Amino acid sequence: MTAANADKPIITLDNVTRSFGAVQALRGVSAEIREGEFFSLLGPSGCGKTTLLRMIAGFDEPTTGTITLDGKPMAGIAANHRPTNMVFQSYAIFPHLSVGDNVGYGLKKKRLPKAEYDREVEEALEMVSLGGYGPRAAHTLSGGQRQRVALARALIMRPKVILLDEPLSALDKKLREQMQIELRRLQRSVGITFILVTHDQEEALIMSDRIAVMFDGQIAQLDSPEALYRKPNTQRVASFIGVMNFLEAKASGEKGDKISLDIQALGKLDIPASALPAGMKSSEITRVGVRPEMMSIVLEGAKSTGHEIDAEIAESEYYGDMTYYLVSLPGKDEPVTISMRNTAGRAVLEPGSKTRVSFSPESIVVFR
Amino acid sequence: MAKRFKKLSWLQAYASVYMVFLYAPVVLLPIFAFNDSTVIAFPLSGFTTDWFASLRDNSALKSAVSNSLIVAITAAMISTILGAFAARAGVRYRFPAKRGIMGLILLPLVLPEIIIAVALLVMLMRLGLSLSLWTVIVGHVLVCVPFSMAVLNSAFSGLDQSLEEASFDLGETAWGTFRRVTFPLILPGVISSLLITFTISLDEFIIAFFLTGTDVTLPVYIWSQLRFPAKLPGVMALGTLLLLLTISLLVIAEFFRRRTAQRRGLDASTTEGLI
Amino acid sequence: MSIDAQNEGRKGLLLVSPTFAYAILLLAAPLILVILFSFWTQDYLDLDTTPTLANYKEAWTAPLYRELMLRSLRISVLVTTVTVLSAFPVAYYVSFRVKERKALWLFLITAPFWTSYLLRVFLWKVILGYNGVFNSALLWAGIIDEPLQFILYNVNAVVITLAHAWAPFAILPIFVALEKIDRSLLEAAEDLGDGPVRRFFRITLPLAIPGVMAATLIVLIPTVGDFITPRLVGGTEGLMISNMIQVQFGKANNAPLGAALAVSSMFIVGGLSLLIFLASRRVGRVAED
Repeated sequence: MTAANADKPIITLDNVTRSFGAVQALRGVSAEIREGEFFSLLGPSGCGKTTLLRMIAGFDEPTTGTITLDGKPMAGIAANHRPTNMVFQSYAIFPHLSVGDNVGYGLKKKRLPKAEYDREVEEALEMVSLGGYGPRAAHTLSGGQRQRVALARALIMRPKVILLDEPLSALDKKLREQMQIELRRLQRSVGITFILVTHDQEEALIMSDRIAVMFDGQIAQLDSPEALYRKPNTQRVASFIGVMNFLEAKASGEKGDKISLDIQALGKLDIPASALPAGMKSSEITRVGVRPEMMSIVLEGAKSTGHEIDAEIAESEYYGDMTYYLVSLPGKDEPVTISMRNTAGRAVLEPGSKTRVSFSPESIVVFR
Repeated sequence: MAKRFKKLSWLQAYASVYMVFLYAPVVLLPIFAFNDSTVIAFPLSGFTTDWFASLRDNSALKSAVSNSLIVAITAAMISTILGAFAARAGVRYRFPAKRGIMGLILLPLVLPEIIIAVALLVMLMRLGLSLSLWTVIVGHVLVCVPFSMAVLNSAFSGLDQSLEEASFDLGETAWGTFRRVTFPLILPGVISSLLITFTISLDEFIIAFFLTGTDVTLPVYIWSQLRFPAKLPGVMALGTLLLLLTISLLVIAEFFRRRTAQRRGLDASTTEGLI
Repeated sequence: MSIDAQNEGRKGLLLVSPTFAYAILLLAAPLILVILFSFWTQDYLDLDTTPTLANYKEAWTAPLYRELMLRSLRISVLVTTVTVLSAFPVAYYVSFRVKERKALWLFLITAPFWTSYLLRVFLWKVILGYNGVFNSALLWAGIIDEPLQFILYNVNAVVITLAHAWAPFAILPIFVALEKIDRSLLEAAEDLGDGPVRRFFRITLPLAIPGVMAATLIVLIPTVGDFITPRLVGGTEGLMISNMIQVQFGKANNAPLGAALAVSSMFIVGGLSLLIFLASRRVGRVAED
């Protein structure tokens, strides 16, 4: 997934904290961000992700801890001397300058010959598919175009790291989805490290090589998108990323590479010992989680694939390509959510229908 | 529905009468400036431009005009600079005793001018300083700063903080950021502050009356002329010229205000910033 | 939130310091000096700095000053009431009835204010005088047989002239308060069964109170300090305390007494303003209940 020098850290965060008076915005963040990767800081508002990004940019200093960028400690180095460039949430396009002068703003200090300046600006604009837009007035641009200009303005500086502060939040859904793919493609082609701040878990999953999920000023889990989704290490991470059904559970014994669990509504079953995260004992298990797509409703005539239990449809939500069912299981008060693809000829079940639910023990995630 | 129409027309009629009331004296000014009579009363007796001509070789008037210009230009520049400092601090930072400090700076808005004038006069007397155009400027700056602050407040608060951050982020220094981003964006506000404070100072009488020395400003000169009926038509002509000057300055100020709004992509017809 | 509160506070103070220093040296210090002065005495050119209440005693007990002080207060309150009441419908009209040309209306309302104050006051004298525009127009129209005399050189003339002078200062704050009213509140009131009149008194007026209060104070305070209008159009019956302050600092050459009169009137205005402020808050609360 990542570039050649994948394991070389470009940024090292070492126990970074930040307090604003009595409020602790960051409570000790340590992480390594690798050169050339697309890294996301994901979390709800107020989790400290923007504060962290602004510290990397140099708009803020840690209260304690250090930030190392490309081998150099960043303490005391102001934003205008750091090899980072930022794409602001509001884009911060200078309203009094043309598109070209916005993009070339940072080049002016280099005092390039006019022809070279023009060429660099045009190249940067072409990178974001805005070739020829240079002479236009900034206030004539649409939201999506502003976002591209902000990106070109950062790219032209050839920084070590580009920081993106919720860059897509102001765009409508269609444009946002298109820009997600475009940004990802651009990042791969230029090979610059991108750090994205977002509260949109889907956006983070689509774009990132690795994601740091943050809650309350701390990193709760730092992993690849797939690992985060499949093996969330806490219930909070699990429910922040996608939907997770939680069921009470207790380990009743271990035999070889299997753990026997006694799970609410699902009954006794064995799961692979590899499902247990490193450093956790089977006796610590209090709950398990199952993703909606990891269970399925057994339709008439279908062959049983594994474990099956009786169930009743409580409600159905039709999404076009998918249907989400709320299904009551005997022995559990709250219904679980199960998603089913609406393949050809598959009918949507009515609430009240009796049915059976199947699941595979391999898909079960255990929690403390 | 019929009732509502009636109410609307009543209000409209009242507003129209009110506007007549507002403009009655202003309209009379040019009428008497061109009236061929030394008595300021109806009926009018004929058309003349003599009163304007008489202004040309009035040396006392000329020196009053140049004194007023010196005072107004200096006061406008000083109060715009001081207003800019205070507006920027007020918009951008939280600091101890902010309400108290801002309250003191804005105090002249709610202080009768005679109090400001008398207070400064007493202090100058105690310090043994003589009255001059500078003492008038000092008083005018006090009165003008709150207005300058009001205009520049809206200029600074319309300035997205991330624009300056973006400039830093792209490698620019603090001074470079001010020169290339901040100043160009608040320039229309600075110009309209200069024009408004210039106009206020040019017209201010009470403070000038107390603090002026032997060099009188224009309003003090006009005051001295009002006692002599024969001089009145000349004063009317002078007033007409002043009216034209201030109206054009205001139109220019309004133009710049709208341009700021337009540059920022706002709706220029809104009333934001005007008040 | 980008910097520590302390750091931010220091930067803010540093930035505001030139303006603040100016205000301290040339506004606060002189005001304090005036207060000191009012406790001193002056005999021609000799200043006696022994603290005494003599000036205040004179300012508060001498019939002439007391009369002037009370009259100033009466006229100021009258002027303020007339100005604000007459301005309210205009502000209401521009805010609620004018749809597209609000900025133009506001410009037209403020424009006359920018013509010379002295000349505007003087022109009212021309309009209201014995041979003035008003009388000659009425005579010409045959409405009256001889010129009306009760309109110049008295309190009426002062009220009319000042109501004109402060019109934009009364209209603008009320307009701003009216503009801030969420129009859906009015629709909600109507929807809940209020007619136009009840709606006005239950929604519009209570929400406009802050603007009315601001207008009241903005008009009241400078009115007390004005001495041009009373002098030009007020006659002897229209003279106010500021005329006396001006005389004490000028011809009478008794600055300490002038200072005592100035401080006294400042306190009276301050007290009155506070009273209006508290009263309007109360009215606002009662109306909202």
